[in-house]
Parts: sequence; C-alpha cells; structure tokens
Amino acid sequence: MIREFSSGDIMFIIGAARWTLILSAIAFLGGAVGGLIVALSRSSQQKLLRRIATGFIQVFQGTPLLMQLFLVYFGLAVVGLPINPLLAAAVALTLHASAYLGEIWRGSIEAVPSGQTEAATALSLSYRNRMRYVVLPQAMRLAIAPTVGFLVQLIKGTSLASIIGFTELTRAGQIINNATFEPFLVFGTVAAMYFVLCWPLSLLARRLESRMRRAITR
Amino acid sequence: MYQFNFQPVFENLDMLLYGAWLTIRLSLTAMVFGLIVSVLGAVAKTSGIRPLRWLVDIYVEVIRNTPFLVQIFFIFFGLPAAGINMSPNTAALVALVINVGAYGTEIIRAGIESIPQGQIEAGKALGLSPVQIFRHIVMKPALRNIYPSLTSQFIYLMLTSSVVSVISANDLASAGADLNARTFASFEIYLVLTVMYFLLALGFSTLFGAIRRVFFTYPASR
Repeated sequence: MIREFSSGDIMFIIGAARWTLILSAIAFLGGAVGGLIVALSRSSQQKLLRRIATGFIQVFQGTPLLMQLFLVYFGLAVVGLPINPLLAAAVALTLHASAYLGEIWRGSIEAVPSGQTEAATALSLSYRNRMRYVVLPQAMRLAIAPTVGFLVQLIKGTSLASIIGFTELTRAGQIINNATFEPFLVFGTVAAMYFVLCWPLSLLARRLESRMRRAITR
Repeated sequence: MYQFNFQPVFENLDMLLYGAWLTIRLSLTAMVFGLIVSVLGAVAKTSGIRPLRWLVDIYVEVIRNTPFLVQIFFIFFGLPAAGINMSPNTAALVALVINVGAYGTEIIRAGIESIPQGQIEAGKALGLSPVQIFRHIVMKPALRNIYPSLTSQFIYLMLTSSVVSVISANDLASAGADLNARTFASFEIYLVLTVMYFLLALGFSTLFGAIRRVFFTYPASR
C-alpha cells in the first residue's frame, strides 16, 4: 500500500533525529573519557603505554567505521551478550571517537610549550597536578576547534548505525521511503536534516580555528 | 561458549581477495575523477566570477555536512525519480567522486594559495620558460605542500568506500556480505575483512611515504 509523503512523515523523520543526537551524545561523552585516556597514554613517559595507545589509534583510524560497527554488533554474541543495535552502535562509536579524540588531544597536549611542564616540575607538582592545573587547561584551548570539527564527523558517522538496524535519522528515512516510495523527497529531507545539525557546528569550528590562529600569530 | 569457525573464510579467501582488488580499483578511479572535480572546483573558487564561487561553496558545504550513506541513497534511489538511472557500480563511483571532490576542492585551493607570487616573478627574472615555471615553481612545491592531505584523503576515501556495499556495488565489503549471507560466520568474516582493510590502508600509506621520500625531500622553503 503506497501512500502520499505528508507532514506526518516529516514529523516522523524529525522525531528520529532525536536518536541521532542521543547516539552522538553518548559516543561523544564516552569518547571524551576514552580520548583523554588515549591522549595521556600517547604522551606519557612509559613506552608500553605509548605503544598500546598508538596501536589503538592506528587500528581505529585505519579501518572503516562500518566494519567496526559490524565487528561490535556480531561480537556481542561472542562475549555472550544479547544482540542489541543501540548497544552495538554506542560501543563502536565510543571506541571510534576515543581514537580520533585521543589523536586530536595528543597534538594539543604536545603543542603546550615544554617549558610549562618543566616549570611545573620545578615547583614539585605531581604528574596529576601538573596535568590538571598546568598542561590540560592550556591544551584544552587549542583542542576546542578540532574537537567541534570532529563532532560533525561523529554525527555523520551515526548514520551507519542504520545498517545494523538502529532506527535513527537515516533508517527513519528508509522506513518512510518504503511506505511512500518518494526517494527524492524523503532522502532530500533526511539530507537537509543532517545539514541543519552539522552546518552550524562546521561554521563554529572554522570560526574558532581562525580566532585561535590569530591568537597564536599575535 | 561461542564456537569460532574460520573455515568458510579460508575456503573463500580468493573471493575476498578479488573483493579487495575491486576496492582498490574503485578507490583509485574515484580519486582520479575526484581530483579532476577538485581542480575544477578550486579554479572556480579562486576565480573572480561570483555566482560560480557561490555554486562551488554550496556544493562543498552540502557534501561535507551530510553523511556519505545518505548521499549514496539519494543518488541511487532518489535520482531515478528525476529520470537519472544508474547501476549500483556507477552510482557508487559517482557518489564517491562527488564526495571526494568536495574535500579535494579545499585541499587544492590551499595548494594554489601556498605559492608566493614573488617566486613566479623570480623564475621569470631567471629567464625560465612558462612551462619550466609551471613545472618547477608552481606544480612541484604546491604538490609537496598538499601531498600529506591528499594521501590521507585517499585512505579515508578507501575506508569510506566500504559503505557502497549497502547498494550491493562490487567491493570488498560486498564480497564479505555475500559470504555472510551464505555461511553465517558473521564475526569471523568481518574480523578478516577489518584486517584486510587495515592492511590495505597500511600498504597505501607505506607506498605514499616511499613516493614522498623519492620526490619531495629537497630543502623546504620554510
């Protein structure tokens, strides 16, 4: 039974965008914790920690996000968990975000002049306090623009969760398309929704970046 | 307890290897055409014609702020409504070219703008021919400046190309999906596929590194 593409369908697509945002938020918050651990390991004194973090980043940046999703999705059964698209998508995207944010933040930590660390050490601050009060606050300012930029990549990445059967924005579009058979209108609407979510963030990232560059070259 | 079964994977390894070759071919083809689109886009962007610049800006922003999966759905399912029909393989290639073209436009533009005008004038003062000036003063340094971005863009494109399996275009991820439908050894298949993609990415980045060392290691201007 084919029906018309109507305002109800548009409301359904907008409602599903909520899940895109929720999934992005979960992955970003999880990825922030993971990314901080990866970034600190990557810039630590211990060789083994550095090695593990480097390997982690290489694997997640050198393989398709789609494969990462499939692996976690089918891997749930391997470790004896029930197969659940939301759980799989959240875990895969969190790991993915941890690797990317870890790499971005490592760069920011290393961009903080080494004199800062040396001064903090001279003041006999512990590693913890050195990071917490001296290095990380300065690294955070440098990291904010690329972090916002990555958020756009992450929101776009959540669309792949539709392939393992999680109903977010893209899959809502597929469902409506199957009922109305108006692919041009439906996928145009879905694309427009993503654009509305991502474009402001892209603009913000660009503005922050140019402000940062001006601050550095002053 | 989960029973691992890699038997179906090893029995069909030739099929997966062929899939890997298809992915390499698709990515390289998309990159070549994508670069042509990028150069055209960059030239249009740096030209003084305003409407042309706006058009390129809209193209770049729309592509960079929507997921590749939605782009491929729009091209493969949506465009036939406007009378443009394509096979899955053509749609996959077109989608990848349009996608990489948008990212490439920005990269090429940065390359064009990285050559100081004074260097070209210095070349003229030394009595170099226009061809020599283009080759030694514009092309090579510009290429060197953007080489890292271009190569990482290619690897990103190759990884993104796995998404074309959703419309059953021929590539490595599709070969894996076919095998999965026949044998149901899902985790094992996708584990091997992930390793294969990783090796492809590693191989290309090693190759690009070697090329860089051969062609672009001369004293930098900075």
